[in-house]
Amino acid sequence: MASSEEDGTVEEKENNNKKRTKSALVTAWLTFYNIAMTAGWLVLAITMMRFYIQRGTHKGLYRSIARTLKFFQTFALVEVRLTFVGIVKTSVIVNGVQVCSRIFMVWFVTNSIRQIQNEESVILFLVVWTVMEISRYSYYTFSLLHHLPYFIKWARYNFFIVLYPLGVAGELLTIYAALPFVRRSGMYSMRLPNKYNVSFDYYYCLIIVMLSYIPLFPQLYLHMLRQRRRVLHGEVIVEKDE
Amino acid sequence: MKRVEILDAKTKDKLCFLDKVEPNATIGEIKSMFHKSHPQWYPARQSIRLDPKGKSLKDEDVLQHLPVGTTATFYFRDLGAQISWVTVFLTEYTGPLVIYLMFYFRVPFIYASKYDFTTSKHWVVHLACMCHSFHYVKRLLETLFVHRFSHGTMPLRNIFKNCTYYWGFAAWMAYYINHPLYTPPIYGEQQIRLALIIFLFCQIGNFSIHIALRNLRPPGSKTRKIPYPTKNPFTWIFLLVSCPNYTYELGSWLGFTLMTQCLPVAFFTLVGFVQMTVWAKGKHRSYLKEFRDYPPLRSPILPFIL
Repeated sequence: MASSEEDGTVEEKENNNKKRTKSALVTAWLTFYNIAMTAGWLVLAITMMRFYIQRGTHKGLYRSIARTLKFFQTFALVEVRLTFVGIVKTSVIVNGVQVCSRIFMVWFVTNSIRQIQNEESVILFLVVWTVMEISRYSYYTFSLLHHLPYFIKWARYNFFIVLYPLGVAGELLTIYAALPFVRRSGMYSMRLPNKYNVSFDYYYCLIIVMLSYIPLFPQLYLHMLRQRRRVLHGEVIVEKDE
Repeated sequence: MKRVEILDAKTKDKLCFLDKVEPNATIGEIKSMFHKSHPQWYPARQSIRLDPKGKSLKDEDVLQHLPVGTTATFYFRDLGAQISWVTVFLTEYTGPLVIYLMFYFRVPFIYASKYDFTTSKHWVVHLACMCHSFHYVKRLLETLFVHRFSHGTMPLRNIFKNCTYYWGFAAWMAYYINHPLYTPPIYGEQQIRLALIIFLFCQIGNFSIHIALRNLRPPGSKTRKIPYPTKNPFTWIFLLVSCPNYTYELGSWLGFTLMTQCLPVAFFTLVGFVQMTVWAKGKHRSYLKEFRDYPPLRSPILPFIL
């Protein structure tokens, strides 16, 4: 579910004059946003590749890109606001779940639990996220500029088929690796007795998060498959008519 | 005599054709006739409309008062399996009552076995149990004897959603309040006394509002009228608020939060408040739409604020 994919035909909804100028502004802003995000993830990708080529190992790779990753992934919260307001035509829930799970991974797992930062599973989901986000944001950018190369559309609606499950695997393995460290340190946890009369065990919380992938991941994956059929096969039919 | 045909709202297939329908027949009667030819769609799950995407017609609507010709065409949508409101309310309220008591009596497998069937040494815990139980017994009795429901049924899946909410939160709260390591309120007796006063005040208030609303509506009818303050001082809040039952409910739970000083209770109060505000705003909006002379001073749930 971290491989962030939603249907995103970015359209304006308003019709009259005042709204037309407003929507031109909105479109401009959206285009700028998508270009910036594409650039950000490209930078991440290039930094990661350079690190690996220069050092020959993935150890320390996460640390080197941590700040950039946190910045661009957190900035994606903006999209939730956009879907909620209706500027971007995507289900708020789908987009919301995606962004939440990403933020959770970045801030509450890899950022806080240092010991797992050099795990291979981290590299796995980082690579997946990077490829997915670059294809997604460039798709939005080119759509807004009304100049969409077919291969970008193809990439966006086909990469996920393999990358999505790989990304989920990377995330789950990472959380699983983190469990013993969480248990030992008792981080983010609160025990009785205390004056708020509540308790929280981050260890069990993580286990519940892992279990929640079971109902949620298939739904998001099927949603993307449906979108793919609609977008790609719809296109094919039109071509045949011509 | 009129003829009635019923089409599927999505596929436009002809589902039913009724010959010789009395012009003064109601939609409710037409639904019964439709049910005879399609026994799996009992009247409660039928949505009959004039337009496939339009609003559902009411059971009381009379055929000849509708904008139809000699052959009336209606569109049908299946609302899915239905369950009565009374059943849902009784189930969702009995759960918390029973569940809380299980935690209060420290039934085995909840806390460490050395605490099985023991009782808390803090008197506020006993008080909280009485208040919580009183609250849900009151709700159950109101469901049976006070409330007059506009709709008979709701979709079946609601019972699972609602019970998860009520039962889940009840268990979460009860676990901590009745825990052997429970910490009583910081300000002790003063805090508990104040909390109890607030709680009782709001319980009486909430009950008064329910009675007032009941008296607006004669038995068996579904009429809607503007509620006004009565001789009972607890109803004077109608001057400032459209849905004071929710206001009082919020107050009760704030009282209970103060009494128990338990974060899960605070959380439950917050979530309940959000949901009730949504409902209150909806109700307020439909009052404004339906009644031209609706008192302008009223707010949906919190006087002057919300």
